[in-house]
Amino acid sequence: MTAALQVEGLNRSFGALPVTRDVNLALERGARRALIGPNGAGKTTLVNLITGALRPHSGRVLLDGQDITGLSQADRARRGLARTFQINQLFRGLTVLENLCMTIGERDGHCNNLWRSAGSRRVVIDEALDHLDSLRLTDDALKLVRELPYGRQRLVEIAIALAQKPRVLLLDEPAAGVPSSESHLILDVVAALDPDIAVLIIEHDMDVVFRFAKEITVLVQGAVFTQGTPNEIMNNEQVRAVYLGQESHRGGHRG
Amino acid sequence: MAASDTITTAQRTSTRERAADYLLGRHRFRAAEALPWLIAIAVYFIFPDRLTFGSQVLVMVMFALSLDLILGYAGIVTLGHAAFFGVGAYTVGLAAARLQWTEPISGLFAAAIAAGIVGFITGWFLLRYRGLTLLMLTLATAIMLQETGNLRSDISGGYDGLPGLTFKPLLGVFDYDLYGHTYYLYALAVLAVVFYFVRRIVYSPFGQALTGIRENVRRMHAIGSPVHWRLVTVYTIAAAVAGVAGALFTQTNAYVTLTVFDFDNSAKVMVMLILGGTGRLYGAFVGATVYMVLEDYFSKLSPTFWQFGIGLVLVLAVLFARRGLLGIFESMGRYISERKKS
Repeated sequence: MTAALQVEGLNRSFGALPVTRDVNLALERGARRALIGPNGAGKTTLVNLITGALRPHSGRVLLDGQDITGLSQADRARRGLARTFQINQLFRGLTVLENLCMTIGERDGHCNNLWRSAGSRRVVIDEALDHLDSLRLTDDALKLVRELPYGRQRLVEIAIALAQKPRVLLLDEPAAGVPSSESHLILDVVAALDPDIAVLIIEHDMDVVFRFAKEITVLVQGAVFTQGTPNEIMNNEQVRAVYLGQESHRGGHRG
Repeated sequence: MAASDTITTAQRTSTRERAADYLLGRHRFRAAEALPWLIAIAVYFIFPDRLTFGSQVLVMVMFALSLDLILGYAGIVTLGHAAFFGVGAYTVGLAAARLQWTEPISGLFAAAIAAGIVGFITGWFLLRYRGLTLLMLTLATAIMLQETGNLRSDISGGYDGLPGLTFKPLLGVFDYDLYGHTYYLYALAVLAVVFYFVRRIVYSPFGQALTGIRENVRRMHAIGSPVHWRLVTVYTIAAAVAGVAGALFTQTNAYVTLTVFDFDNSAKVMVMLILGGTGRLYGAFVGATVYMVLEDYFSKLSPTFWQFGIGLVLVLAVLFARRGLLGIFESMGRYISERKKS
């Protein structure tokens, strides 16, 4: 079976500084993979390389066995590769409902239409509301995104990614910046994701990682340090040394 | 248990209906939207001797409307929008002076196509850039077109322009008169048609995508939007509309000079739009009208210092009406409706 997402020999440097070094990674369909590593390990860079926000200097990215390395970010998104951002990237001046309708409109190609009214497609609105329903955001549908508390904005970020109907979903610290009293709302959503979607999650909270992930990849200084099941990682002395031992990192999310 | 379930389901359904209604009804015409058109028609009867000025206002409304598409909706900041106005103005000017093609309505189509082509080509190159780079490149486009005209002043007439152009009677029947009655109605009719197109575009899914690009371009890339093509498309459309405005300008004035490409013209239309309010269609109507009327009034009051008056109004608008004059009306409307509720 071809992997949903496969990364082969990916390299990227910023100037003289290599930030991604010969990374190989494969996500099967329905995978639950956590990507962990100390600050500055290149986790977000790797996500940017996979989604096409950055170009690799060498290596390949394959989606369902097809080489997508040469494709633009938008083309990759249309093929079923969705992501959330570490810092919210939302249409802040629009309502939550419009954020969702926009996503569906671009997904289905409605946005190529210059004539028909955007509001005239009841199907789109209903689907958007269904997505909001499933994340308990219906009551916020008509609020502007910028008027929502940050935790709920994080949910909109996930709702948008899900509305893309992705086959592969990359979650970049979905609970970052959310007070711990509310973070369980987001983690519940993450835990309940469609089992067919292959998920890669970057997360600093080890409790979440060990609860959610079936496999863990440890990234250190841009290279894959080791991969394995949560148990293997937890009992790996070297991983403890470079990462788990450094308790001070847990609070220090990169901004 | 069953009863409370029914209630929550009913509640959820009503929330859903309300949310859906909001989007379903947003593009419908509202009664207040008739107001600018009624005023424009009233002007025809109340100021029959000021209609030449009136047509110039309508031309600038259309020019500002075209800028609203790209600045107000897509968030593209440009200082060279006069380029397309100028291409439209010279298309009908040159056609009339050099080719004796003086039929006005086909002239408008020719101007739209010519300006649209220039918009498409320059947009395809320029719209990869944003911010200051884009600002400089759009500015350079207008200057290059102006200098090209200057270089071949044997064709363009240079800064002396193409004076004394004559056009065929409108639809072969309505001749142009000294007071500009025909011009005014003609310009108003063209503006109405153009406005209908622009309004459809703004409320279409494509128009929504433009708003998305303005709000967060990174997110648009991430949800699979072909951002560059969207921008090139709207830039081309806005260029064509500006070209029609330029063509009307030439037709109503019966002359055209290279000053249509001036930086002044690009800046003026942006000031008008911001004064009226960007991204709300009618901002172009309010802004262009207020600006033109003030300019007319102040220049009669003091032919040397009239720009001081305009400057003062702008400073006040920037300080107290950040969302433009229409923004003030919107805030007032919201205030009144909230008072009614409580």
